[in-house]
Amino acid sequence: MWKRFSSNIGAMIGVVLLVAVIAIAIFAPLLFSHDPWQMVQRPFLAPFSMDGLPLGTDTLGRDVASQLAYGARVSLLVGLVSTLVALLIGVPLGALAGFYGNWVDEGAMRFTEFFQTIPNFALAIVLVAIFEPTLASITIAIAIVSWPPVARLVRAEVMSVRKREFVDAARLAGLSRPRILMTQVLPNTVSPIIVMASLMVATAILLESSLSFLGLGDPNAMSWGYMIGAARTVIRSAWWLSFFPGIAIVITVLALNLIGEGLNDALNPHLSRKGKA
Amino acid sequence: MTKLRATTFLIAATLAAPLAAQQEGGRLDIVVQPEPPGLMLGLVQNGPTQLVAGDIYESLLRYNSDLEPQPSLAESWEISDDGLTYTFNLHEGVTWHDGEPFTADDVVFSADVFLRETHARLRASLAYVESITAPDDTTVVFQLKEPFGPFINAFEAGTMPIVPKHIYEGTDYATNEMNATPIGTGPFKFETWEKGSYIHLVKNEDYYLEGKPYLDEVYYRVIPDAAARAVAFETGEVDVLPGGSVENWDVPRLTEMEGVCSTGAGWEFFAPLAWMWMNNREGPTSDVRFRQAVMYAMDRDFVKDVVWNGFGKVATGPVASSTNFYSDDVTPYDYNPEKAEALLEEMGYDGAPVRILPLPYGETWQRWAEAVRQNLSEVGINAEIDSTDVAGWNEKTSQWDYDLAFTYLYQYGDPALGVSRNYTADRIKKGSPWNNVEGYENPELDAKWAAAATMVTPEERAAAYAEIQKEIVDDVPVAWLQELEFPTIYRCDVKDLVTTAIGINDGPRDAWIEE
Repeated sequence: MWKRFSSNIGAMIGVVLLVAVIAIAIFAPLLFSHDPWQMVQRPFLAPFSMDGLPLGTDTLGRDVASQLAYGARVSLLVGLVSTLVALLIGVPLGALAGFYGNWVDEGAMRFTEFFQTIPNFALAIVLVAIFEPTLASITIAIAIVSWPPVARLVRAEVMSVRKREFVDAARLAGLSRPRILMTQVLPNTVSPIIVMASLMVATAILLESSLSFLGLGDPNAMSWGYMIGAARTVIRSAWWLSFFPGIAIVITVLALNLIGEGLNDALNPHLSRKGKA
Repeated sequence: MTKLRATTFLIAATLAAPLAAQQEGGRLDIVVQPEPPGLMLGLVQNGPTQLVAGDIYESLLRYNSDLEPQPSLAESWEISDDGLTYTFNLHEGVTWHDGEPFTADDVVFSADVFLRETHARLRASLAYVESITAPDDTTVVFQLKEPFGPFINAFEAGTMPIVPKHIYEGTDYATNEMNATPIGTGPFKFETWEKGSYIHLVKNEDYYLEGKPYLDEVYYRVIPDAAARAVAFETGEVDVLPGGSVENWDVPRLTEMEGVCSTGAGWEFFAPLAWMWMNNREGPTSDVRFRQAVMYAMDRDFVKDVVWNGFGKVATGPVASSTNFYSDDVTPYDYNPEKAEALLEEMGYDGAPVRILPLPYGETWQRWAEAVRQNLSEVGINAEIDSTDVAGWNEKTSQWDYDLAFTYLYQYGDPALGVSRNYTADRIKKGSPWNNVEGYENPELDAKWAAAATMVTPEERAAAYAEIQKEIVDDVPVAWLQELEFPTIYRCDVKDLVTTAIGINDGPRDAWIEE
């Protein structure tokens, strides 16, 4: 599997980019001596116009490069944690619905549809506005709007797997139903979940940026969306304030998408061959 | 050679300018933001309404930039030596926009009946009034119960707009259908209001001042987005951007354009002063040493230069320097982080978290809160920004659920009208964000505020207010930040636009356009 993955050039580019972003996020305090909120120089310094401030300064004279690095932490953290939470909600719900069927399925799916009928972004805005924007509330809001597709996917996978012969064999061997679900069925649905999760992280990062852009970010956390939102009003006089965080978002989301596709090809060779034909 | 001739011409033009008579005609397009809820100035007094309706309605007086009273509907006036009797002689031959004659009865009706019911701020001043009478058609007498120095500042258009008795007497004011087509005595008449687009006023041909107004028509344009307003000005679609209608960062770009002028004048009457309320009841902010440390920790000059692009002035205390009775004989709080740290150490600050509530009025205020948080954290204060919207800000401040909260308030030309309300104990009242929200209690100063309001001569009052300012600045009930200045940006060929203490609110009366 690793062999198939590593031979995919796009996926490897994605991994390199993502590792770079993660490294910058982790080592931000070592790379930059001042904190991203600190006013270090004159405001509106253009990029490369002063040593030590490669990407210039923002409206208050804060170091844009440092803001980018610290912003990576928030984006990645929110992306990862919200995806984990979404999986924690979506996977059990989908698995139960798919495995037990009947009224369990009916109930779970109607509940899922209830969330799916509301547009993702609108629901996220409402949730954040109600709970007051903090990193925790934003993460939870993103998780709440992103679990329904997970539940749907897991349900479909479980439904197809539970009809296979090895499941019948396990039942004949006397395994209890919950045990069969946990040890026989679920492990066989992991690969599509992994693929979906990697793409969800990318979506979550975009959602967080959009919320921050609208001023619904955590006002105490430096994030890329916040940077663009704050730079919106000066876009004509200071292009670099929105350009660099925009590039950062593009790179990170692109990297995650490349990895997701690579994983999809590697874990699901049957599908990939069909795609190429 | 051409250059020389051009220069000569320019000099000649400059010399000739003061001699040239004001030119008549032309149309002025002014941005109004946001769209006013109504134009009946006696019923609605928010900023946009005052901007537009200040051309339709008038009061007895106007005020120049030194806040000295000038004639408006009143030609002359007299205050008795005991400070109790105010006599106004009205202009003759004034008519309402519908042709009815304007008389002293209209003034009595407006002040004594209509505005007493509809205008809370004026009602507070009218509490000092014993009677309002009209001995004849052009004379009005206000008889006071006790001397009230600031009373002479109550005759501004937004404070005491004179409304037509023949339209409103005996009706339900709020639902009177004439509210939609306001009738005043002012230099411009209401023509049409295309909701969401523009308000159109036309010249009052029968205006009582010979030759005025000069302009034929004024359009107030509604453009909801700040960036779009800036573009509308750049393309020449509008001629005037009133203070606050574009983001501060856009101001230098616009004023650097050719033929564009700007002025910070025209806000003297309002004198908006920004500060942070500091909760005097609980938490670290209840310790005066902490409050002083906050003052020393903030680099207020930096904010003025960077966040406000150099507009405004760092505040020294509760009274704005552009208004009467300002005193600079107070303890200065310069940027001094070491002193702030020393004060924090002395009080034994334990790192308890302090919440900062920004004013949700756009990017400028958000950046300001971020700068203050950074300043505070640099001296070791554990400060965090609360996020909020307008409703949340109102709720949190009026319910006293905050540690530090940004705000700014108008001063209305006199400490007794716009300043003391934030510091006296009788103004501590849950549920309103416009009173003594910080919970400052100082009975000794309360007595001084009350005494200063009713002293007869300006000299006595000045001495009393100087003493109050000296004392209160040491107590730091709130963290005074900045005297705000909202630059008005306009095309230079618009002349005499801002000549009074309320700026463009009543400016179009004297404005003219040079061809």
